[in-house]
Amino acid sequence: MPLVKEQRSSPDPAAIIDFPPEASSLAIRGLSLAYGDKTALRNLTLRVPRHRVTAFIGPSGCGKSTLLRVLNRLHDLNDEVVREGEVLLEGEDIHAPEVAVAELRRRVGMVFQSPNPFPMSIHDNVAFGLRLQGGLSKRKRDDIIEWALRSAALWDEVKDRLRASAWSLSGGQQQRLVIARTLAVGPEVLLLDEPASALDPISTLKIEELIRNLKSHLTLVLVTHNMQQAARVSDYTAFLQQGELVEYAPTDALFTNPRLARTENYITGRMA
Amino acid sequence: MRGGVTKTAASRRLRLPRGEGAGAWLCAGSVALSLLALLALLVLLTVRGLGHFWPSPVALVTLEDGRQLAGEGVREVPLADGDGLERLYRTGNRDLDGERWAWVRVSAIEAVGYPADLVVVERRRWGRAIGHLVAVQGAGGERLEGEAAWTALEARLAELGTLRDARDRLREEVILPLAGRRDDEAAARELEAAHARLRELQAAMAGGRLELATADGGTLTVPLAQALGAYRPNAMSPLDRLAAWGEGVWRFLSEGPRAANTAGGVWPAIFGTVLMVMLMSLLVTPFGVLAAIYLNEVAHQGRLTRLVRIAVRNLAGVPSIVYGVFGLGVFVYGIGGRLDSWFFEAALPSPTFGTGGLLWASLTLALLTLPVVIVATEEGLARIPDQQREGALALGATRLEMLSRVVLPMAAPAMLTGVILAVARAAGEVAPLMLVGVAKLAPQVPVDGDFPFLHLERKFMHLGYHIFDAAFHGGDVQAAMPLVYATALLLVLVILVLNLTAIFLRHHLSTRHGALTRR
Repeated sequence: MPLVKEQRSSPDPAAIIDFPPEASSLAIRGLSLAYGDKTALRNLTLRVPRHRVTAFIGPSGCGKSTLLRVLNRLHDLNDEVVREGEVLLEGEDIHAPEVAVAELRRRVGMVFQSPNPFPMSIHDNVAFGLRLQGGLSKRKRDDIIEWALRSAALWDEVKDRLRASAWSLSGGQQQRLVIARTLAVGPEVLLLDEPASALDPISTLKIEELIRNLKSHLTLVLVTHNMQQAARVSDYTAFLQQGELVEYAPTDALFTNPRLARTENYITGRMA
Repeated sequence: MRGGVTKTAASRRLRLPRGEGAGAWLCAGSVALSLLALLALLVLLTVRGLGHFWPSPVALVTLEDGRQLAGEGVREVPLADGDGLERLYRTGNRDLDGERWAWVRVSAIEAVGYPADLVVVERRRWGRAIGHLVAVQGAGGERLEGEAAWTALEARLAELGTLRDARDRLREEVILPLAGRRDDEAAARELEAAHARLRELQAAMAGGRLELATADGGTLTVPLAQALGAYRPNAMSPLDRLAAWGEGVWRFLSEGPRAANTAGGVWPAIFGTVLMVMLMSLLVTPFGVLAAIYLNEVAHQGRLTRLVRIAVRNLAGVPSIVYGVFGLGVFVYGIGGRLDSWFFEAALPSPTFGTGGLLWASLTLALLTLPVVIVATEEGLARIPDQQREGALALGATRLEMLSRVVLPMAAPAMLTGVILAVARAAGEVAPLMLVGVAKLAPQVPVDGDFPFLHLERKFMHLGYHIFDAAFHGGDVQAAMPLVYATALLLVLVILVLNLTAIFLRHHLSTRHGALTRR
């Protein structure tokens, strides 16, 4: 029985940009998902370009966070979830039985809405993922920790108090710590679920700058409520509504010249 | 932040409620009343319990008809016919008239004096002896009178104390360990020598007696070996009294009971209580924590899980005697009986594990407190935000790694809260213990130098049961009453210390791992 009984509107192929497989890191094909009998994603097909920032925008409940959680299989935790379609990471199906979930999650890191550092020291937070993998000398581990903290633009602020509790940091610092923690395990893709929505404007700017810097070696997927943010940091933007992909285009094009009226209504704030 | 919040909330609450109407006064009043009741309880236990060890002056009472008696005034009550007062004296010399207490009409008292040379002798049997010291006869037959007798008595009693200690040490450290290896020849020779030494010590302790002239004109002879101590209560300085009080308290804490639990100390009971509670904690914590993890983290949160959860919470309300019956039927007769027939057949028909003992009592109480630990741990687990779990998983942790490295350390304070509640409940339980292993008198504590050192099958003494036994099963309730208060106070203190230890541990853990609430 198909998960999606009726397609509310057929996607407009002209409004959805496509990338050659060799330039994309993630490929989503015919993905539908439901929580019990509540459909959250309807037949999504799109590619996420490698080493670029792709933003998902859309009204609350449009499924953008759900989509993000599918990409590193966090939805596995919920046994009510029913899924159809496939997600390919570098050409491999992430739901294939031979894929180890833990390994997949190391390759596809995730940063959540509100900072969630563990109740440990700053050092131990960044070391957490490395210790899980094991096999690293303490020296090597410390080098990676320093590199990760530098990459997350946090090193200078915390280098003298690595043993202090992570919870003693400010919200913005905590979020950068979480990013550093994720970078330390060496992901290829970084998923960011409204990473700045709980932060003050200055911390938000720092996170955004960080996102722009990270795309030199990472594929970033950003979910945001904040359209200015999407416009500032992303290269491509996908607009989702009621679980469907409406429009997907280079960010400049989408914000200045949307092809579809639905998109325009949303980004100009005319949508109920 | 938890400290901050509680502090401000507490200071706000402790201030008098202003302009908040009768409701606030009602709440503040009930808090005050509860605190007052607790305070009254503690003061009563402390005064009655610790006051008992204070050497109060002994009165020599002369009655109108010329009879005399010696004893401490305890209390006065109005006479039944409404005609004046009656006063209770705690006397001694039970071997002479069979009484340790005397009721005297206050109106019939001619004179009350406190002669400095009244001597009180604590004896191994028959309780106290009170009188004027007439003479002390040494082991060799020499007889001393007057002040010289008192000096000789004090010296001899100190000597006897040293000898007693030496004898006890010889028994515990040399003879008991050797007795287990009878077939070893060298050990047998050593044992023989030790027994010879023991006989010497006993000979050195024998002989001698003291003579007292009692208040009612009689003479009382006490063999010196029977005397545990002697003091002249009316001649003591406050400092002497304090020292005697301290010694009394120490002996209460460090010695075993005498005279059918109406005198002596409670050391075996303290030891038994603490050991049983610790074993119980060791047994209940892993089971409770694992069960809570299963219910909260692993099980599908469906109707069945909800049902199990409700059932567990309800188990906490089952009367404790029911657990006692269960423990007796399943642990003692069932498992214990089976163990006996498998491993201790040689000892049958006398049971080894097939009777109440430390292990079965600890297991029964562990079962009794299991719901408390499960509920507290579950609440701790539920308080951990899912973000922490997802954060760990997103870093490539397996479920087990997430649980052991993030969730459990964060839930540790809650688990310890559960253990604290369990300890508080278990240390005070008496009813189930009577069925599964507590004994009226078990002077041998369950830990000693014999292999396997911890004797799980032994019966043990318990402070709670000791209170019950001393208060209702002793021959002399009046005499046991102060000990009942002292033991009750001690039980409260033991529970307090056990709880403080756990609270300290919890604080230590929550500062190390960072309490959830500190955000």
